[in-house]
Amino acid sequence: MNGASVLSLRNVTKQFGDAVAVDDVSLDLHAGEFVALLGASGCGKSTTLRLLAGLEQVGSGQVFLRGADVTGDTASARNVALMFQSYALYPHVTVYQNIAMPLRLRRLSVVNRLPGIRLLRAPVRNTIADIDVKVRRVADMLRIGPLLARKPGQLSGGQQQRVALARALVRDPSAFLLDEPLSNLDTQLRADTRDEIRALHKRTGCPFLLVTHDQSDALSMADRIAVMIAGRIVQVGSPETIFNRPRLRAVAEFIGHNRMNILPRGMAAALHPAGAMHDLGVRPEDLSIDRSGPLEVQVESFAYHGEETILRLRAADATPLRAVLRGDAAVPPQGGTVRLSAPLSALHAFDTAGLRVTL
Amino acid sequence: MKPSTVISLGLICLGAVIVMLPFVWMISVSLKTHSEIFTPDVTLLPRHPTLQNYWTTLTQTDIPVYLMNGVIVTIGILVLQLLVSVPCAYALAHRRFPGRALLFGAVVAALLVPFHVTAIPIFLGFSRMGLLNTYTGLVLPFIATAFGLFLLRQAFAQIPAELIDAARVDGMSEMGIAWRVAFPLGLPTVIAFAIFSVTAHWNDLFWPLIATTDPGLATPPRGILYFRDQESGDDIGPLMAGATLVTAPLVIAFLLAQRRFTEGLAGAGLKK
Amino acid sequence: MIGLRRLVTDLALAGPAALAMMLFIFLPVVVVVVLSFTDYQFGARSFDWVALDNYADLLGSRHGRNALINTLIYAAIVIPASVGLGLLVALGLHAIARTMPRVSAVLRAVYFLPVAATLVAMAVAWQMLLHPSLGLINQWLSALGLPGRQWLSDRGIVLYTLAAIGVWQSVGYNMVLFLAGLAAIPRSLYDAAAVDGAETGWDRFWIVTWPMLGPTTLFVMIVTCANAFRVFETVATMTGGGPAFASDTIVYALYREGFVYFKAGYASAITVVFFGALVILTAIQIVVVERRVHYR
Repeated sequence: MNGASVLSLRNVTKQFGDAVAVDDVSLDLHAGEFVALLGASGCGKSTTLRLLAGLEQVGSGQVFLRGADVTGDTASARNVALMFQSYALYPHVTVYQNIAMPLRLRRLSVVNRLPGIRLLRAPVRNTIADIDVKVRRVADMLRIGPLLARKPGQLSGGQQQRVALARALVRDPSAFLLDEPLSNLDTQLRADTRDEIRALHKRTGCPFLLVTHDQSDALSMADRIAVMIAGRIVQVGSPETIFNRPRLRAVAEFIGHNRMNILPRGMAAALHPAGAMHDLGVRPEDLSIDRSGPLEVQVESFAYHGEETILRLRAADATPLRAVLRGDAAVPPQGGTVRLSAPLSALHAFDTAGLRVTL
Repeated sequence: MKPSTVISLGLICLGAVIVMLPFVWMISVSLKTHSEIFTPDVTLLPRHPTLQNYWTTLTQTDIPVYLMNGVIVTIGILVLQLLVSVPCAYALAHRRFPGRALLFGAVVAALLVPFHVTAIPIFLGFSRMGLLNTYTGLVLPFIATAFGLFLLRQAFAQIPAELIDAARVDGMSEMGIAWRVAFPLGLPTVIAFAIFSVTAHWNDLFWPLIATTDPGLATPPRGILYFRDQESGDDIGPLMAGATLVTAPLVIAFLLAQRRFTEGLAGAGLKK
Repeated sequence: MIGLRRLVTDLALAGPAALAMMLFIFLPVVVVVVLSFTDYQFGARSFDWVALDNYADLLGSRHGRNALINTLIYAAIVIPASVGLGLLVALGLHAIARTMPRVSAVLRAVYFLPVAATLVAMAVAWQMLLHPSLGLINQWLSALGLPGRQWLSDRGIVLYTLAAIGVWQSVGYNMVLFLAGLAAIPRSLYDAAAVDGAETGWDRFWIVTWPMLGPTTLFVMIVTCANAFRVFETVATMTGGGPAFASDTIVYALYREGFVYFKAGYASAITVVFFGALVILTAIQIVVVERRVHYR
């Protein structure tokens, strides 16, 4: 997986007026890799994607594609594929023509694309036949062969997405960028689509860069995750690293199905001596009710979610906490107090600057 | 700037000059002295601009009468149109009654009928009723506006039904709701329509030409024609001053409220 | 009885408008059709039924067809020219709208002026400009070494002169409509085309802009066509249909036959033909283009 870097940003900065959208960002996408660029809305990840694709020009810094400096190249000059969040399918042409479009634009000159030229020139006919083969192949790979004659308006959301995928993949791009591909989908379709995208990645071997605000997408799909906050990349690592050893408090609060509890220093000393000087983070899943546990909290309310029950608690200094119980566990009475404990390995300490401190 | 941008901008500016030409000429002549107009050495702009023509036009011609008639007629038409169309549009949007679909269908069908098609029978009828050569005759035929009904109905339909129901529960009469709830909420569309109506009827030549022979009733376009046909070829300066005065109100209104204007004339039509 | 009260309220609300439409739109249409089969003259005591004689005169004789043919020629020039130019200007202004917003706004206002202006007054100004010897146009042409023309009194040119003024009057309107259509095109489509390899403006226009402008273009065409057919003010002001009926158009013929010669029956036939042509043209445009244009 540590193959050559296929697509990279080097110290790229991009400003819009006074606002800095992307701040000195460096990122590498290696051959065969699946990288997720994870961050909240407005953190600059979509801008980063557009810079990689060539839809925006960098303010400063460089963009490399397969070792070549493509910083000044427009999108059409780079061989990078992009799948848009809204799919951006051409509504007036068929699925076939949508998929064929990138091939037609790059392999046929303006003159050769005029209607009827095909009848006159043999080389054009050959190219068109070649394009036809490629389009049908990628359509079969994505199981949309029967839809080729339809128009996008006649397709379901999932089908449209596959057409968008096909259009991006048909020209064997050097890298494939995906902009929030799962946010439009309902929960059931999401899980299926995640698997499909992973399978697609394996099948094509093409490096994927996925931009998302959903941490579970990133954790489940990526080989590496780059976490972006306020225009800067704050941590890059494998999903396990990001999950178990978040470098920043902000990253720790962002990752995880349930938001991590942060006990402010002082109060945190109840859980661990280091808590006198540092904030301590512990995930709701890692807190267990323990009659001899070190942390005493008050039970405010609970919410039953079927597989799990989420307890809303309050520490002595009024810090709100959450703990997760398995669905069949007994729920302590509301208004009462319980004692909690957490294993050492589940504690994350952060200093005043928000940086991780090893316990 | 890219060279292609420079070229296209240049061509557009050239076109803009052509578009402005008659305006510039009209104003320019209106500011020229008599001798400057009738010299064989014609220039675009006046060398010694003067307001004399405007003075002549305003004091010695009937242009002020024509302008006044324009105001009376356009406002009269607009008021009548709104009086009749607002309640009907409200009913079409928020009330169920037998024949509602038919009525709306009739409105859409009526959109296709240009005024010229109805001119002869209306003329006939008015002639029998002695309404020719009257303000009523100038105003009445336009009271039925399918365009206005359509636009207002679409605008009123946007008002949530709950708001209307709340007003009903409060005890407002239906006519009251139409005027005190729907009309204010639909005001942007009303304004757009008003601009459309005023522009169309201020500038209309056809019906005033047919329906009046009394110069005292002439609307601005009709008046300009009277003026031009009467003048012995000498009063070109005042004629152009009159033309400017006639054109000015709408143009100035447009320049002051461009967004409203283009919405009224073009945007409203887009919703068709 | 609530039912009756409701009905009365509905009548009060919708009645006046319905009555007005009846009296001033639908009834006259019927009357005009009926009149077209008569030889009624305004002011006459009685009239006769002449069945299709009026139509025979109108469509059968060259003189009768003249106005119709002139109007078709006029429309055939004005429609493509003003739609095309409107689109071109809109494209140009849309492209600079972000980088030069004030210039763009000023130019938009300039092009839209003829739409708000009183056409009769502007026609009077045009008439002066087009004067063979005293008009600025011919003066400038001769300064450039080109021959001046009898713009309004040459039978071969007059219709084209009027068409040019018709284009002048409607380009701004079409431009505004196209600008609205252009603003509605989602930017992501242009991005997708760029990523796909569309580099030039030509590519972007044919792949994204033109297809997405479909509904707008249809509407612009229908409106321009309807307005072109109704040309009247310029004819009445500048040429009176002449010289020798060279610039006679349908509505002007309607006016002349009906309100100058008072031949109400014949003029009604003209009206019916005019209305029919308008409806057919609109229907053709809708049917032929609509299907291909609404794919959303």
